[in-house]
Amino acid sequence: MITSFILRALEGRIVMTVAVLAAVALAIPASNLLLSPDSALHVPTYAMSLMGKYLCYALLALALDLVWGYCGILSLGHGAFFALGGYAMGMYLMRQIGSRGVYGNPLLPDFMVFLNWKELPWFWHGFDMFWFAMLMVVVVPGLLAFVFGWFAFRSRVNGVYLSIITQAMTYALMLSFFRNDMGFGGNNGLTDYKEILGFSVQADGTRAVLFALSALMLALCLVLASAITRSKFGKVLVGVRDAESRVRFLGFRVENIKLFTFVVSAMMAGIAGALFVPQVGIINPGEFAPANSIEVVVWTAVGGRGTLIGPIIGAVLVNGGKSFFTGAFPELWLYALGALFIGVTLFLPKGIVGTVQSVLAARRAVKAAAGRDASENDDRAPSQVQAAE
Amino acid sequence: MLRLFLSTLFLLLALVAPSLAQSDPKALIDALGKADFKQAEDLIGQIAASGDPRVVPALNAFGDGDLYARKSDGAVFITKPAGANLALIDPLSGESVGEAPKGALNKLKINNTLRRVLRAATGGLTLMSPDRAARLSAADAVLRAPSAENLALLETALAKEADREVKARMEEARAASVLVSDRSIEEKNAAIDTIARIGGRDAISLLLTASATMDPGLKPAVNAAVARIQTTLAFWDMGQNVWYGLSLGSVLLLAAIGLAITFGVMGIINMAHGEMVMLGAYSTYVVQEAIRTSAPHLFDWSLAIALPVAFLVTAAVGLVIERGVIRFLYGRPLETLLATWGISLVLQQLVRSIFGPTNREVGNPSWMSGAFQLGEMQVTWNRLWIVVFSLSIFIGLLVLMKRSAFGLQMRAVTQNRRMASSMGIRTPWVDAFTFALGSGIAGIAGVALSQIDNVSPNLGQSYIIDSFMVVVFGGVGNLWGTLVGALSLGVLNKFLEPWTGAVLGKILVLVLIILFIQKRPRGLFALKGRAVEA
Repeated sequence: MITSFILRALEGRIVMTVAVLAAVALAIPASNLLLSPDSALHVPTYAMSLMGKYLCYALLALALDLVWGYCGILSLGHGAFFALGGYAMGMYLMRQIGSRGVYGNPLLPDFMVFLNWKELPWFWHGFDMFWFAMLMVVVVPGLLAFVFGWFAFRSRVNGVYLSIITQAMTYALMLSFFRNDMGFGGNNGLTDYKEILGFSVQADGTRAVLFALSALMLALCLVLASAITRSKFGKVLVGVRDAESRVRFLGFRVENIKLFTFVVSAMMAGIAGALFVPQVGIINPGEFAPANSIEVVVWTAVGGRGTLIGPIIGAVLVNGGKSFFTGAFPELWLYALGALFIGVTLFLPKGIVGTVQSVLAARRAVKAAAGRDASENDDRAPSQVQAAE
Repeated sequence: MLRLFLSTLFLLLALVAPSLAQSDPKALIDALGKADFKQAEDLIGQIAASGDPRVVPALNAFGDGDLYARKSDGAVFITKPAGANLALIDPLSGESVGEAPKGALNKLKINNTLRRVLRAATGGLTLMSPDRAARLSAADAVLRAPSAENLALLETALAKEADREVKARMEEARAASVLVSDRSIEEKNAAIDTIARIGGRDAISLLLTASATMDPGLKPAVNAAVARIQTTLAFWDMGQNVWYGLSLGSVLLLAAIGLAITFGVMGIINMAHGEMVMLGAYSTYVVQEAIRTSAPHLFDWSLAIALPVAFLVTAAVGLVIERGVIRFLYGRPLETLLATWGISLVLQQLVRSIFGPTNREVGNPSWMSGAFQLGEMQVTWNRLWIVVFSLSIFIGLLVLMKRSAFGLQMRAVTQNRRMASSMGIRTPWVDAFTFALGSGIAGIAGVALSQIDNVSPNLGQSYIIDSFMVVVFGGVGNLWGTLVGALSLGVLNKFLEPWTGAVLGKILVLVLIILFIQKRPRGLFALKGRAVEA
């Protein structure tokens, strides 16, 4: 049953994307590690880390697409799940520093020594174990999404209202993580990592593995999301998006359907955050900023929501554009981003992938219609001949 | 041994003798030159008891450390620096009597106890001054540093005093002095009552200091009085908190009221709302700059001039946004959110390109600066004006919505677009002008907020989430909801702050709103009827 569930996911486009991602996961680290720096095909480490960052963003956009594109929940707080996953990873990395910190305290991270704390807060325990940290990467965002969604979907908070309270959620989290008393490094966040599972986070090899992992995790989540949306459950999901009341009257528990999707999506966002942190080398409360979450929405919208592939393309394109613009014309980036927001909503409501799909579909329809016309003409011809007789 | 004892006794007598023998102020002041701290305290009391107002400059000089004794004859002078030497001034007549090198003079030492005694003494002495203000400040000085020595003087002054306010202040000063004197219990009881009536934290400390040396029989009376003052103080504290809350609430109301129209009435999730507020603030800045360079005398009117300018600028921008972008997106609320967010980014960057990323200075007109005291509460003028201003905008808007033809059309289009259109209302223009109105009001809010916040390109960002919270909390489509929402969130915030700190208080309020939305998804004052399902 599981195999059929997975197999159904493997539709043409998805297989193609997974293949591309797998190729990228192999080729770029290989070119970074094996080719000499002088080679034209060599990918420098910083570029690989940058692309790894894009892949994490793509995973975040994919997660948002699952709830927004298929379930109609526009979450303006997905950055919060991303950041929570990132903090869980950051806490593991902080514990790995051990006594190599500036203050050399074997147990406490530097910022706690600086704040004159005597012992590790309870929620920092266990993060020295990799498996526990990785569990928390999915559990913490999932739990928050579960609690939040449990209340919100039960009381039928919908549409705009839901968007606004998700925004309030990430804003409240941002304010709390800015406080030093929270025990997450306050303003500065968590940084200055040394090693992950015993490998130095600065080393090319570690970076290459992290990059490959990001690409593979993205492929895995893509298959999972595709499996969900192409199952029977996925059909109901789209029903919830398009006509929630009707689905409810048909006897489905709409709140449970939404809750499941929301939690899965939050967990994906958490994984994206966890892969993001070691490649970027820092996590701070700025990741919770409501503006970040809104930016994720625009990646998804640009690529095309409800297409799964679109958000990946959108995230890579927009972030690539951002890197280019902020380097070449820093003044113009916000104009470009703003224009992108306006342009996409006005002229490309289905996004790039959605528009391409409908253009292709229209062309197929025209061709089919032309073929049908032709065959009808052929059919008619003899009768006309008969009539003439 | 005996000789030593006798000589010491003689010496002591010689020191004390002048103070016993004479009450001549000149001699008393000269005696200060040889006295130690304890003796100086007594001497000051005697100088003050002479009731001679001429000694005041000398006492003041003593307090300021300008009193010196001449080594040769022990005469005491007020001095002023004159080059390397000191100019000598007769302590009583105030006449200049030549100069002397510093080496020929000894500075009279002073400590804090003496300073306090001096303050009380000079306070007592100027009680008789013909100048009303001097008498008032003298009474204040005695009240702050009461002493039994002043009591007789105070009572004489009281008997002569005609001015009501000064007399009341002297009564209070007398009560404070009675408390530290050896008067009868009845008199002290009355004094405690008088002081309790003054109220305030100073009165509490007066009572507590006095009670340390007081007859234990008076303790209950003191405690009762302190408790009474503390109750009043708690009441005023509450009042101050409510005031801060209302002040914050009126800021929220200002920020949210434009959104109550664009989001609340029209259903457009206008993420560029904060940028309208920002544009309003920058309009104020431009108007003030123009006034500074060309007509500085009009500066006090700058805000009045900025109001219509800001309204027109932001309303025009709003009109362009509605005609250019939003009208294509009606019925797709989540996409208006994205488009208006894009607009907000462009506007921010535009302002940053024109005015630079740093804060711009917007001045307060004179009638908006300063503060006044209301009981135990401090009220600043700019906060008061903002409360008044936001309430008047609210009332103006309410009248516009309920009493004008435009308001009628606006409500008609909101409630049933097709029916309104059939009745001949040009719905596209009503949409456009409603959006322009909402934006314009955000601009006016920006004028007011420029007075209390930094005018920077990020100004709007800091208000946008709060504004949405207020509108959603109050109930979409209901101006009264926005008013109640803003004021109650403001007051709630300020009451949480003392316990939790500012940031945690804000977080708690956000969490409370999220929980509240679960309970009442349509806010405090929900619209009823079919519109709800739309």
